[in-house]
Amino acid sequence: MSWDLLASTLRVSTPLIFAALGGMFSERSGVINIALEGLMLLGAFAAAVGTLVTHSPWLGSAFGMAAGVLLAAVYALFVIRLRANQIVAGTAINMLAMGLTPFICKILYDVTGSTPSIPLHERFHSVPLYLCWALVAACVLWMRYTPTGLWVSFAGEHPEALDAAGIRVNRVRWMAVLVSGALAGMGGASLSIFLSSSFSRDMTAGRGFMALAALIFGKWKPLPTALACLLFGFADAVQIRLQGVAVWGGHPIPVEFIQILPYLVTILVLAGFVGRSHPPKASGTVFEKG
Amino acid sequence: MRKLLQPVLAVAFGLALGLGVTRLAGENPWHVLQILWKSAFGSRYDFGMTLFYSTPLIFTGLAVAVPFQAGLFNIGAEGQLTLGALATAAVGAVWPGLPWPLAPALAILAAVTAGTVWGAIPGWLRAKRGSHEVINTIMLNFIAAGLASYVTLYLLKNPDTQNPETRPIGAGYLISQFGIFGGAPVSVALPLAILAAVLVWIFLWRTVIGFEMRAVGQNESAARAAGINTGRMTIIALAVGGGLAGLVGVGEVLGNAGKFRLGFSPEYGFIGIAVALLGRNQPAGVVAAALLFGALHKGTADLDFETEHVTRELSLVLQALIILSVSADGLWSWMKKRSAA
Repeated sequence: MSWDLLASTLRVSTPLIFAALGGMFSERSGVINIALEGLMLLGAFAAAVGTLVTHSPWLGSAFGMAAGVLLAAVYALFVIRLRANQIVAGTAINMLAMGLTPFICKILYDVTGSTPSIPLHERFHSVPLYLCWALVAACVLWMRYTPTGLWVSFAGEHPEALDAAGIRVNRVRWMAVLVSGALAGMGGASLSIFLSSSFSRDMTAGRGFMALAALIFGKWKPLPTALACLLFGFADAVQIRLQGVAVWGGHPIPVEFIQILPYLVTILVLAGFVGRSHPPKASGTVFEKG
Repeated sequence: MRKLLQPVLAVAFGLALGLGVTRLAGENPWHVLQILWKSAFGSRYDFGMTLFYSTPLIFTGLAVAVPFQAGLFNIGAEGQLTLGALATAAVGAVWPGLPWPLAPALAILAAVTAGTVWGAIPGWLRAKRGSHEVINTIMLNFIAAGLASYVTLYLLKNPDTQNPETRPIGAGYLISQFGIFGGAPVSVALPLAILAAVLVWIFLWRTVIGFEMRAVGQNESAARAAGINTGRMTIIALAVGGGLAGLVGVGEVLGNAGKFRLGFSPEYGFIGIAVALLGRNQPAGVVAAALLFGALHKGTADLDFETEHVTRELSLVLQALIILSVSADGLWSWMKKRSAA
């Protein structure tokens, strides 16, 4: 165990934390967000393109967030307005992002694999890492002490009560889904312009789902969710580092076993073998005013 | 009639929207559509490849449709088919000398068993521990990918190649391919898939368990009140779904590659969700939808070199748009209201 490992754990957790916090808003408001993966992917792509165009990682991440919001708006339109099933529409959004990114990449750069690489001085070096923890603190305060935070929770737990108080449930859900698009987009941006030097095809590689797992592991609360992301990030950092090095009883521990650990733990947690985790009561259901 | 019209309209709408996107890339959508058609149905070989891609989609479509009839979402077909294919190849690699009829029979049994187990796990977790099958099946997809990569790279590695694949299976395992498709690997797996669809129909609509399962899907508390063991139905539904997904291994390993190749599936499991949805979770609908998505997959394969700017990833965009337009319940009731007014 070294400082080095700690540093790389913090770095690789960054995209997960952004995306998981994004997922938190959507899910706490009652909208399941399987689409995190696609939102991240499009965000990563748009951020890389934005940085290449503007030469500024700040503007680049604004591009990433805007792309996330845009795709999240499509998702919200289908699941809130058009009452599409959230799992099905989420899967479709993921496919859409997986198809659109190489498609647009080909139009812009004439290759499907990846964007041109972004010069070192135009990339983020540590900003997203600090930013995500500031965001964790902000989310803790937001969910607990502001009316809007309360609305989000009520939209997911007792939408009827929120409606009776004169707040429009579906408007709260719309906002929550858009915020989740922005944050997942930022998570993608931190992949393409912070952790790597370009966008490459399918670079999220399941991190959206991992963020979703962290969210459940963290019982839909900001701080525990961020800590769960750290745990997943740690497993990731370890497997990069310990390829063939970790030894147990004279044999190297295969990387694959370290990789599947976070997913296994998530299943055990969900099943109540290690603590218990309950989703918001009204999650996945359409709200219609009586 | 309206039941049939709605999916057809949704497909037309999704296709039109997707082809409209190619306009933005500077291509003529009509030209793109012609390429799609020619590449999917232009020759016996092309049509054979369409059928080859459709076969696993029939299995994964059924794998999603059966649990759906019980009110459950199987997002785990990808993991189930991975382990099914792996088990098929493992049997063939460990006992390469088995003779013909016994060998494929054993391998098919292994495919079904692996898939069934991988489907039963989230079923059991849902029934006994109350945890949601959607998350669990997604997690199990990752775990299956990890297990498959471990077994492929450490236990059954093919020593003759750098590719991540297992040792080849024995010759007695190979199932026959149809000769009329100009070399496309259309094997006995295709009639097997259609047989599976027929059996699923009989199971769901002509057996007591199938009836009880659909009752749970329509109204769980009413089913429980009627004395149906809902937990048991949950486990059976996901186990059957998993077994069906596992059968993807038959066409891929015994009918095509002769070994397990890591990453052989272009997300057959996820496309299966679209297939089931478009096919309205009915076996016949699933077969029809699998043909459509198989044709889309094959049709877009040639876009890379037939056009200047459009790539084969268009298939993902088209599939996504079709799913979205099928899934939007509100869109259809809104249109109905408009036409009634």
